Amino acid sequence: MSISIQSITKTFGAYTALENVSLEVPDGSLTALLGPSGSGKTTLLRIVAGLEFADPGPGKIAFHGEDVGDIPAGRRGVGFVFQHYALFRHMTVAQNIAFGLSVLPRAARPQKSEIRDRVMELLKLVKLEGLDQRRPHELSGGQRQRVALARALAIRPKVLLLDEPFGALDAQVRKDLRRWLRQFHDEIGLTTLFVTHDQEEALELSDQVVVMRNARIEQVGEPQTVYDNPRSPFVYEFLGNVNKLHAGQDVRYVRPHEIDVLFAAEFDPATDSLARVQHLFSAGPIATLTVKLGDGQFLDVELSRKQLDELGLSVGDEVAVRPAVMA
Amino acid sequence: MPKRRVIPGFGLSMGFTISYLSLIILIPLAALFLKAARLGASQWWQILTSERIIAAAKLTFGASAAAATVSTVLGLLVTWVLVRYRFPGRRLLDAMVDLPFALPTAVAGITLTQIYAPHGWVGQYISQAALWIQATYAPTGWWGEVIQDWADKGAAYSPLGVFIALTFIGFPFVVRTLQPVMEDFSSEYEEAAATLGAGRWTVFRRVILPMFIPALITGFTLAFARAIGEYGSVIFISGNLPMKTEILPLLVVAQLEQFKYEAAAVIAAGMLIVSFTLLFLINLLQRRLNWQNN
Repeated sequence: MSISIQSITKTFGAYTALENVSLEVPDGSLTALLGPSGSGKTTLLRIVAGLEFADPGPGKIAFHGEDVGDIPAGRRGVGFVFQHYALFRHMTVAQNIAFGLSVLPRAARPQKSEIRDRVMELLKLVKLEGLDQRRPHELSGGQRQRVALARALAIRPKVLLLDEPFGALDAQVRKDLRRWLRQFHDEIGLTTLFVTHDQEEALELSDQVVVMRNARIEQVGEPQTVYDNPRSPFVYEFLGNVNKLHAGQDVRYVRPHEIDVLFAAEFDPATDSLARVQHLFSAGPIATLTVKLGDGQFLDVELSRKQLDELGLSVGDEVAVRPAVMA
Repeated sequence: MPKRRVIPGFGLSMGFTISYLSLIILIPLAALFLKAARLGASQWWQILTSERIIAAAKLTFGASAAAATVSTVLGLLVTWVLVRYRFPGRRLLDAMVDLPFALPTAVAGITLTQIYAPHGWVGQYISQAALWIQATYAPTGWWGEVIQDWADKGAAYSPLGVFIALTFIGFPFVVRTLQPVMEDFSSEYEEAAATLGAGRWTVFRRVILPMFIPALITGFTLAFARAIGEYGSVIFISGNLPMKTEILPLLVVAQLEQFKYEAAAVIAAGMLIVSFTLLFLINLLQRRLNWQNN
């Protein structure tokens, strides 16, 4: 189900959390709201969920064309996963997942056996079979996250909303779970909106990235497009490492991998600059080189280990650097 | 080789703890039991099963349990208001919760008696209400006696008075136990329940309340324990009628005043044993719940 957000503004007293924000989330997509803290991304997610209400005005939120702006969270049909899971710790995993079904009005509530079947089905879906009688404190962070997801899915939501879904996990679990979520999303095809401040996560996981800053949307697009064609210096800097070069009044941005390193003997004055190697970091498949340009500015360069070995560089050597792409 | 510990001073602090516990708690308790042991088992039995003691025990433990229960409900409400809402005078109200701790209990007792006596600010209405009930329903039997009591004396000089004094004394314990737990309670739980479709009452009943149960039990236990031992405030409002409004601590003092030290010690020891058993059982229950909750 598509989500349509039109000119939403939200203020908390004197503080503006969202300023005239509009966004279309296509049906079945996995969309990332990316931005630094305080950019308004979580507020936007909470407004979509109905946990927060936009300021009165022309703003509108619609699911598949139907205005949901006045519908409270409980009847909006959203699955919301909280950053710290918010699992009910006095309930078992099964009771947590069944919660949304067990609080339905008696007439709409499924039979006990149906609820039970649904819980088992969901546990299987999130790969946690056999853990139904555990309590949240007996689970690992990644498992808790998946219980929270199963609980949100139990009510068959129209859209799935995730607030910093991997924020509280270790690096390794985070990577695994990220890949798993992508696959999971492709299987169930539910329109999903998630908040993150991690650009790598947003780029790797989503179909559409929404970069936010200071209560506004800075850029929207496919990860590749946004990465390759950032619309502003902010987006350029936020979406990965970047060298900021001052040339007189101008500022130029160059990503570390968009620079070629050559022997000083191959120096071509038309395109290249001469530089001296200041620092070498080569533990890993990608080597990072810091070089000092003639005008005293530093430049980070990334190259493969193979390239580095071929060049046979060490600290203090002179090299020629040639920008592969310039923005 | 002694086991190495990261936190230093185990020997010193453990030694201090044991000496402190001994001096302040264990030795006095042992002395109490030694004193009581001078009387034989038959005398113990005789003292503890006398009608007056049984009546006082029923009142003491019954009124304490009732007062602790009401304190728990009241405390939950007050804490909820203090923690969840921001309003002018909140800090003042917060500070006032501690007043029953700070007030000399005799002052509390005398004040409560004044207010709840038949012509006091509140007592007169209790009296009038009781008279109205008598006129309308003409109750008889046990219930009739209670109503007659209220009509004559307001809430003072009756078991109701004892209950009121014990509630006054007990409810700060509940508030102060519950407050930190409630302050730590993330609104994410309520929001999670709300997005899953639960109404306000369901959220309270199925999510909020169960998470507070362990703290509520602790608060109840403290209020209950305090109420059992309470003396100062109760003796003024109860009127100390034998078989009717006497509490156990009063009987201990009564024995002492007649220089019957052993008998006093026996009553005290009996109280201790019953209290300890009750507290121990509550603790067990709480441990079970805590285990589920963490």
